[in-house]
Amino acid sequence: MKEPNDVILKTAAKIAAIIILTFSIHLFLSGHHNPGGGFIGGLAFVAAVVLLYLVHGIEKVQRNIPVNFKKIAGLGVLISVFTGVKGMMDGHPFLNQTFGIVDLPILGKTETATAVLFDVGVALAVIGASLTIILSISDDR
Amino acid sequence: MIEWILFFSLFFLALSILAIIYRLVVGPTAPGRVQALEALGINLIAGVAIFSVWLRSTAFFEVILLFGILSFIGTVALTRYIERGIVIERKQSD
Repeated sequence: MKEPNDVILKTAAKIAAIIILTFSIHLFLSGHHNPGGGFIGGLAFVAAVVLLYLVHGIEKVQRNIPVNFKKIAGLGVLISVFTGVKGMMDGHPFLNQTFGIVDLPILGKTETATAVLFDVGVALAVIGASLTIILSISDDR
Repeated sequence: MIEWILFFSLFFLALSILAIIYRLVVGPTAPGRVQALEALGINLIAGVAIFSVWLRSTAFFEVILLFGILSFIGTVALTRYIERGIVIERKQSD
């Protein structure tokens, strides 16, 4: 069998991965008032990483991103549950949230909410779980 | 006037989606089905774009971008499966 030549795919994937990662960050940050959020931002991130896995193979990507995705999923669930329990410590209900207007250096007056921390946990859990599932299914050994 | 144009383009897009679904279900070969899936994605993107022109809204642009990304990755994965038999290879030759 002759060696397949996928230089077009490799060149396109370099640009597409950058676009998808930027779009996933945009989706994650717009999640409080607009459509988006941790879940769909994490799924877009997973799409970019899966594209890298498709193009470069498992070994090369795991050499460059040496992360155990099962631990990422566990860390995300831990962060989410902790942000829920933190409200209970002060006598509020579970998953109680608050927000405030703070002055950030570049962005100016920005509304920051504690729901973002919960969303970080959701995004990490989605990334870890989806990548673990996809890599387990696609394993050909 | 413009609303009639948009309506008719949506109508013909629906017709072409029906033809694509016929090719997707009946289609005798696997590469034909992959091509039909890609064309289905393109047609859905066009439908969403025409709909957002009709509503004069920019709220659906993220849907278009996400649909394009997922369609691209799905096509890459399916063609990789047809060409080499597995989707994600363990070791890739450079």
